[in-house]
Amino acid sequence: MPTKLVVDCTTGAVEEIELTAEEIAQREADAEAAAQAKAEEEAAAAAKQAEKEAIAAKLGLTAEELVKLLG
Amino acid sequence: MATTYEAIATVTVGSGGAANIEFTNIPQTFNNLLVKASLRDTRTDSPVTDTVLTFNGSSSGYSVRVIYGDGSSAGSFSTSGAVYIAGFYENTNQTTSNTFSSCEIFIPNYTSSNNKSVSIDGTSENNATTAYASLVAGLWSNTAAITSLKLAPMFGTMSFVQYSSATVYGIKNS
Repeated sequence: MPTKLVVDCTTGAVEEIELTAEEIAQREADAEAAAQAKAEEEAAAAAKQAEKEAIAAKLGLTAEELVKLLG
Repeated sequence: MATTYEAIATVTVGSGGAANIEFTNIPQTFNNLLVKASLRDTRTDSPVTDTVLTFNGSSSGYSVRVIYGDGSSAGSFSTSGAVYIAGFYENTNQTTSNTFSSCEIFIPNYTSSNNKSVSIDGTSENNATTAYASLVAGLWSNTAAITSLKLAPMFGTMSFVQYSSATVYGIKNS
């Protein structure tokens, strides 16, 4: 069973507490949401890059040349 | 370190690992908080994991703007309406053995009744190309005084490994 460390800043007491079933479910849901958000972020970045490359191709430039032109 | 800094509490993860680290009952007697953490997690499919930071058990109202270097390129991103502050990175078990990331989290005016700004300076360590350094400007849109904070790996099925550690300092401005 995974545990968490809880530090009481007033007393200095440190407790190692087993996660509840609810916390474990939340962790798994958070992990799934984080993975999905990461995948969406990467897909958006890839789409943006593809769009840039398509524009560069229309202009007869490489993506690097387009970056230089806009820089 | 200036005498206005006081180590409030510190913790080191034991042999069983820890899913997260929570500091509770933070005294309301300082002006600012500084958290220094040295972290490594159990992930094996990537050299870094985002560390996530939340306050008072809240999972809403967080925004960040992040600039980073990853060993190959420099970039930036921003998020708003997030469930945590992220954008600083901890070592994983894919990195060089016995190395840990380092981060400093500065939380000014943590007892105020205004929204809370946060700045974070973090680096991962790795004897390889991929290692991250990042700076995070964060905001928690919440007017409650900060009484607790939690650090966790972004991907919840991972845990901090033994010898990861964190310390909370209180800072007085006079």
